[in-house]
Amino acid sequence: MHHYTWLRAFADSWVLLLMFAFFAGVFLWAWRPGSRSAHTDAAQVPFRHDDTPMTDPEDRT
Amino acid sequence: MWDWIKIVALGVIALLAAIAANFAHDLAYQVHALIVMAVAAGLFVWTVRTADNPKGPAPTGYNDGVIRAGVIATTFWGLAGFLVGTFIAFQLAFPSLNFEFLQGIGNFGRLRPLHTSAVIFAFGGNALICTSFYIVQRTSAARLWGGNLGWFVFWGYNLFIVIAATGYLLGATQSKEYAEPEWYADLWLTIVWLAYLAVFLGTIIKRKEPHIYVANWFFLAFIVTVAMLHVVNNISLPVSIFGSKSVQVFSGVQDAMVQWWYGHNAVGFFLTAGFLGMMYYFVPKQAERPIYSYKLSIIHFWALIFLYIWAGPHHLHYTALPDWAGTLGMVFSIVLWMPSWGGMINGLMTLSGAWDKIRTDPIMRMMVISLGFYGMSTFEGPMMSIRAVNSLSHYTDWTIGHVHSGALGWNGMITFAALYFLTPRLWNRDRLYSLTLVNWHFWLATIGIVLYASSMWVTGIMEGLMWREVDAQGFLVNSFADTVAAKFPMYVVRGLGGVMYLTGALIMAYNLWMTAFGKRQPVAALTPAE
Repeated sequence: MHHYTWLRAFADSWVLLLMFAFFAGVFLWAWRPGSRSAHTDAAQVPFRHDDTPMTDPEDRT
Repeated sequence: MWDWIKIVALGVIALLAAIAANFAHDLAYQVHALIVMAVAAGLFVWTVRTADNPKGPAPTGYNDGVIRAGVIATTFWGLAGFLVGTFIAFQLAFPSLNFEFLQGIGNFGRLRPLHTSAVIFAFGGNALICTSFYIVQRTSAARLWGGNLGWFVFWGYNLFIVIAATGYLLGATQSKEYAEPEWYADLWLTIVWLAYLAVFLGTIIKRKEPHIYVANWFFLAFIVTVAMLHVVNNISLPVSIFGSKSVQVFSGVQDAMVQWWYGHNAVGFFLTAGFLGMMYYFVPKQAERPIYSYKLSIIHFWALIFLYIWAGPHHLHYTALPDWAGTLGMVFSIVLWMPSWGGMINGLMTLSGAWDKIRTDPIMRMMVISLGFYGMSTFEGPMMSIRAVNSLSHYTDWTIGHVHSGALGWNGMITFAALYFLTPRLWNRDRLYSLTLVNWHFWLATIGIVLYASSMWVTGIMEGLMWREVDAQGFLVNSFADTVAAKFPMYVVRGLGGVMYLTGALIMAYNLWMTAFGKRQPVAALTPAE
């Protein structure tokens, strides 16, 4: 029971805070300045290498 | 050298399996030991015959062989699972279909887990494995990592399914919903699953594309979380090394909570996160335009995985589980509604500017209806998790209807669309055999789901109300048998919905077969109805 009490207190204080901060951080990170071009580029990934793997790293068409 | 290690290992496994079959305490264990023995002996002979053959140059390009096998397995298990499901639906309507000569093998109690596992794990699981292998290669621009390890994952997973399915029929079950297979099947699945993780992660690590596309995030979350859920929920001690029976380590309400933590996250990560990985690749590909908002897909991902993991306790309202835990599960279930609808909107809005494709492209139409059912069941689910609603809906067929609108509508339809997308590409055909047949499949499946879901709403709410009806003196008005009798017409309608869904899937199997293996014949593209 001692372990339970201690873990329970830790879980609903610091761990809750950490997880919530991480979660909020994800939102902030997604909306960081300059993310638009990175996201536009990432959204095009499915349209690039349908038939063969990339051999030349410069060739990202 | 590697061949000879394999030969020794396979020989030892075949021998041990033969010994296990000899000492088996129960029939299921004996049959399983014989299956393992046959598989190991067959592989032994095959490896001996091919050992020291000159190896060709290492293959380049994408590894599509294992994906082709996965497409065939998905179609086959889909048909098997839908057939068993339709049959047990009629068993509920007409109990005499529990034939006397099949007692102990073919009655409802044995066939029901066969149906659920066949559609979720055999049909859905094979679909997830083969689409994830297809998508991770294309979006990483790299060949599948691990050489033949991908084939081990495919065959190993399907061996697990055969072991699980035969075990259900012969009565080997640990009585945990969606986790019925006994201890040795669980151990085998753990090995296969870790190999799956290695293949998937290995491909991501050696990717040539700098960004990891969002579909791969969903697949990775699915693989990692299912591994965790599977291991924790299946902690059990076998009674004997030569028997299938095992005893759970958790007991009482802890066991119930672990089971539904597993059970609901099997829905959240197997049937949702994994299939969202399919959605985030195939919807943009079929619509030929990028996902509506990549930002929203990132938010969708993190919100989904942060929230889903807490929702399990809503399966245990009004039980020995403390109220605070039930409230926690209920609150998280309701919050979960938002990311789910964010994801649905993201998928649907990908069509913005190309809505005409719904008229001309039946595959696109399947994706759209699948997203529609995703939205509907992710609204219905949070609503049913509310304690007051749950007091009416729990233990009734409303739950069964909810599960099937999600499984048939969302998982089934997106999988059919993916199979229609993949087959021409994997077998180097320029198009499907027939788009008219896709149309037939679409309408049969859609009407089938509507019949299924609406009959289950009616019968579920009806029986919920009948169970709680009391007269002026406080006595219950209806006996349980009264509710069963009242449900008969809806059970027949539900069975008919199943027949339509199964017919659609048979049409799909024919269409895919003709696309992959039939003689080619030119088919005109569909013209929109003006």
